[in-house]
Amino acid sequence: MSHSRSQPGVPPGEARGRAAWAFLTPVTLYLALFYAYPLYRNVDLSLRDYTVRSFVQGDAPFTGLANYRTVFDDPTFAPALLHTVVFTAVCLVFQYVIGLALAVFFNQHFRLSVTLRALFLVPWLLPLIVSASTWSWMLNSESGIINAALHAIGVDPVNWLTSPSWSLTSVIIANIWIGVPFNLVVLYSGLQSIPASLYEAAAIDGANAWQRFWRITFPLLRPVSAITLLLGLVYTLKVFDIIWIMTKGGPADSSSTFATWSYQLGFGNLVPAFGPGAAVGNLLVVAALVFGLVYLRVQRKQALS
Amino acid sequence: MNSFSRQRRLTAAAMTALAVATSATACGSGSGGTGTNAADSGTYTIWDPYPQFDKSSDWAKLLDDCGTEAGVKIKRTAFDTSDLSNKALLAAQQDNSADILIVDNPVVSTLAEAGVLTTTDDNKLDTSKADPNLLAAGQSGGKTYGTPIGANTLALYYNKEVLKEAGVDADSVKDWTSLTAALEKVKKAGKKGITFSAIGTEEGSFQFLPWFWGSGAKLTELDSAEAVSALSLWKNWLDKGYAPNSVINNTQTTSWQEFASGDYAFAENGTWQLANAEKAGFDYGVLPIPGADGGNASAPTGGEFVTIPVQGDTGRYATSQRLVTCLTSTENLYDTDTTLSYVAPTSEVQDKQVAANAELKPWVDAVKAAKGRTSDDLGTKYPKISEQMWKAVQSALSGSNSPKDALTAAQSAVK
Repeated sequence: MSHSRSQPGVPPGEARGRAAWAFLTPVTLYLALFYAYPLYRNVDLSLRDYTVRSFVQGDAPFTGLANYRTVFDDPTFAPALLHTVVFTAVCLVFQYVIGLALAVFFNQHFRLSVTLRALFLVPWLLPLIVSASTWSWMLNSESGIINAALHAIGVDPVNWLTSPSWSLTSVIIANIWIGVPFNLVVLYSGLQSIPASLYEAAAIDGANAWQRFWRITFPLLRPVSAITLLLGLVYTLKVFDIIWIMTKGGPADSSSTFATWSYQLGFGNLVPAFGPGAAVGNLLVVAALVFGLVYLRVQRKQALS
Repeated sequence: MNSFSRQRRLTAAAMTALAVATSATACGSGSGGTGTNAADSGTYTIWDPYPQFDKSSDWAKLLDDCGTEAGVKIKRTAFDTSDLSNKALLAAQQDNSADILIVDNPVVSTLAEAGVLTTTDDNKLDTSKADPNLLAAGQSGGKTYGTPIGANTLALYYNKEVLKEAGVDADSVKDWTSLTAALEKVKKAGKKGITFSAIGTEEGSFQFLPWFWGSGAKLTELDSAEAVSALSLWKNWLDKGYAPNSVINNTQTTSWQEFASGDYAFAENGTWQLANAEKAGFDYGVLPIPGADGGNASAPTGGEFVTIPVQGDTGRYATSQRLVTCLTSTENLYDTDTTLSYVAPTSEVQDKQVAANAELKPWVDAVKAAKGRTSDDLGTKYPKISEQMWKAVQSALSGSNSPKDALTAAQSAVK
């Protein structure tokens, strides 16, 4: 079926352009209203000196980068940056490795594999407040089940959430548990697209399971892995609920990341510091954007080569 | 063509990354306000921090009854206490404030500073009956910004059975030394000493204040020797195992749950737990929190204020004032404060409460002796001091800093 150019109903030239714009309007409006405007407001907030009074009256003086300087000079900045990097990196690595291992495992299609795979999705389906509260209850130093289990095998109790040397580890463990299903699902669907004939050919050539994984599965999964890691990175950078519910970023800022610090500044006190809070938030947005661009660059190089 | 589609993919992916990140961080932008009024002039909105009361509760019914009396409909929204002050600020920024706002007392001076609240001169509320030490939390710069709906404060609950087993006489607890001695005996008897809440929020500061003030320290000088002695007392309890390590993450509710397990001898908690204490299934008693060298420490006043936020349409104040007057009338105050397990803010209703339940007597006395957190002309300085104080408590108790260093750092951060 072919359409001729002069078919009635298809407006030529300029009218066509207008129609195209009309089709673009809804999505443009949506983006402007729900993404561009909040983003603009957040940048604006971070460049003004807000007090509670000027926040309500809307006449906060423009102070340039003063809020950013405050944030950079804050004694919380260096630890928060370090925690954000450690939290994101460790979570990503473990989520990806465990997710990939499970995906390969479930790809064997053994009996009950579907049921088991469904069970692994539970952490993903639970509301964050439920899983975080459950973790915080299990990790309680006095009455938590984990310390009870440790006690049973003769290990001294650990102050998971209340010791500055353990709190970051605790929230990382909880976040890995929550993030594994996402990696599992995406990587599993990626595995489906690798033709079985490749494995057959490799098997005939005498490749063992380990070689098949490193020579076939892993390279062919690379595009899926890249998008999984990028999405995981953006999700993990902004993780807030789990940390806030479990430790509030404490004790003594030992588990505070940029996300919790931003909230702490903006909402954690009776007198909110909206300006510095927004500044920290913007740093997070920039970080996510930078990694997004890095991903695109890598992808483009791959496409060209 | 190829470069065009690449370009488009770039934009799309960048947009996605931005969108995902923005949804996490844009909360500071003020777009999160829940719109309320102006929909219907016959509907009056009330925001309160009592999410535990649902539509069928006595509290919700009282609001509706007062609405009926004033000839208007009530639309009530309940918030978590810690959310309410920010929600109120955001709403005021959008010129969308509730008609009546019930907020935690230390927030009043902040909202007043922001110009969100009307003064009693504007809204014609009568506050003459409220106890002056309670009303003080709602006053700044010689103006009054609301009226207390009820008050509570902290004291020490004790488990009579545990104390008896350990051979401790509750009357012997007169000062910090005798309290620590009692805790030691309890621990030797194989029971747990004391639980409280030292969480990194306003609740942690609230619970620390009786000890802080009981040592003779002042909020304007966080690093004084007295302040260090108060924090060292708590730290020492944790080190010796008299208090559980979980206090660092305890809210007052989780701390209460620990006490309700029946293993603990003492718990620092508030008036609002009285109803739960009856249900705990063991004999309990209540002690005022002792000062360092005897006598009773001043505890901070808790409880909410009923305020009338500034409206574009000033004609609404008259009805709002009638609603507030109804809510804080003598007979309604009695019912409300019984439901909330609070001490009433007026002596008339306090007498009625004690007559009905003699066990409230120590609490009424404690409330009369209590001190507002924003009093002493601290006003909006208090929240900053409080944040540094709870941080110091957290870092000392978790062992990342000594009490002295933690408080010195706190004091220099306030300045």
